[in-house]
Amino acid sequence: MTREEIVAQIKERLGAKIVDFHEKSAKRYYVEVRPEDVPEATRLIHKELGARFQIASGVDTPTAIEILYHWAFDQQGFVVTIRTKLDREHPEIESVSSICTGTEWIEREMWELLGVHFKNHPDLRHLLLDDNWPEGKYPLRRDYEK
Amino acid sequence: MAKTTIVPIGPYHALQEEPEFFKLHVEGEKVVHLDIELGYNHRGIEKLSESKTFEETVFLVERICGICSCSHPIACVQAVEDAGDIEVPERALYIRSTIGELERIHSHLLWLGLAGHFLGFNTVWMWSWRYREDVLDILELISGNRNHYAMMKPGGVRRDIKAEDLPAIRKMLDGLKGPINLFKGAVIDDPLIHARTEGVGVLTKAQAIDYCVVGPTARASGVAIDVRRDHPHAAYGLVDWDVVVMQHGDVYDKAIVRVLEMFESIRIIEQCLEKLKTVPGPVDSNPKEVKPGEGIGHYEAPRGEVFHYIRSDGSNRPARHKVRAPSFMNVVSNRVAVLGETVADATIILAAVDPCYCCTERMAVVDAGTGRKVLSSQELIRLSQEKTERLKKELGHEGPKLKLER
Repeated sequence: MTREEIVAQIKERLGAKIVDFHEKSAKRYYVEVRPEDVPEATRLIHKELGARFQIASGVDTPTAIEILYHWAFDQQGFVVTIRTKLDREHPEIESVSSICTGTEWIEREMWELLGVHFKNHPDLRHLLLDDNWPEGKYPLRRDYEK
Repeated sequence: MAKTTIVPIGPYHALQEEPEFFKLHVEGEKVVHLDIELGYNHRGIEKLSESKTFEETVFLVERICGICSCSHPIACVQAVEDAGDIEVPERALYIRSTIGELERIHSHLLWLGLAGHFLGFNTVWMWSWRYREDVLDILELISGNRNHYAMMKPGGVRRDIKAEDLPAIRKMLDGLKGPINLFKGAVIDDPLIHARTEGVGVLTKAQAIDYCVVGPTARASGVAIDVRRDHPHAAYGLVDWDVVVMQHGDVYDKAIVRVLEMFESIRIIEQCLEKLKTVPGPVDSNPKEVKPGEGIGHYEAPRGEVFHYIRSDGSNRPARHKVRAPSFMNVVSNRVAVLGETVADATIILAAVDPCYCCTERMAVVDAGTGRKVLSSQELIRLSQEKTERLKKELGHEGPKLKLER
């Protein structure tokens, strides 16, 4: 499959579930979907289109907690980032580790550093921080003025 | 039901002498489960980075790892360049690749030496580290430092490689081919190394894809990925070289991939040096600002893909900087590679992904409850080396013959 075919597949299969589609360059695509559509997007991009999971970046912004799942298409040489925005008060999303095991550790990391709850994660416990780390303290959260 | 015993390796990792905690759950000699704890070396680099300017950030990420200390900077400056659409002069691309490949050679020689030591071949250890010194000397000649070269910056490199230094680099590379050939022979021909590494710690292709492993760990399992070829950056799209791929996913194939990759690195550097004779400067486009946006930079470090994500809000500092080292993806795959193996083999299997803990971390308490056996580094290496001694007697073979000349 060529890059154009893969991009067309993503657009067609996710259809109305795409909130925003941004082609930054021929090597970088950003696709925003709603949190509930992340598992479907993951299944499509990893299981069917064969992308390799690179990592996920969690970003605390004034309006939402953003999670960006970066997927590499190595044969075609480009990166697709699936972006989703979570509610800052109750950040919660379905774990995708049952679809791709490679996401298991980073979900644990985002859980402890950013306070995002990953539903149905097989092993949601501290990865980098001490087990005695106080609850509700998230090092990568920011105190934005309301 | 068989009784499961937990054999803790760590929290100060006994083999690599870095902080990492592996809990081997064993039944008799067989490993039935592996639990990995990390975080002992968590320094909060991502958060720190938000308080640095884009130029300072490069120095910070250079300190993530002491071995691949130009991998993080290359990925980082590429992320900044991607975010800000910054151009890089051609000459700087060749210099980036030259430094990157010199680093790959010294990193692979370091791993080869350690692997030899764990298996009980201390001659391999001494010789490969002796030749690693030559590479470090050359890096010192170019950058002034054996490590932490401080060569990368957004928009180019900090200093040129001088024309008068080119012959010395060439001479060092020529001198390295013979020894690497010998190491290749030692790994390929020696029945003892075969006995200790072939079919040991297998990571299948399907597992490699599911765990999304990278670098030599992926390429040894038949997953033909290499960021240098697949997502061309620096000078990798401008020179001729091959990606080394093996199929079995065992310790043997991981060793072969690394040894053969050193030849490819030499090929790349030689072509870059030729280009440096003719491609004129400058080596830096001197960007004044990074416009708002987001960027991704990735680079094939000796251990696999290093990934950096940077978000710029138009100020002179990153609004968010995400770092992912290759070991973060590779170490977790030990969970499947070590299953069903013996404790004596676990030593080399856990080392075969060439883990880098200071990269992966960015704390835990030992629960030394009763009934748990703690193995020290000396005991683990002894276990592994004893197995080699046993095999030596069984095979009537003395191990790899290395006749190297200084």
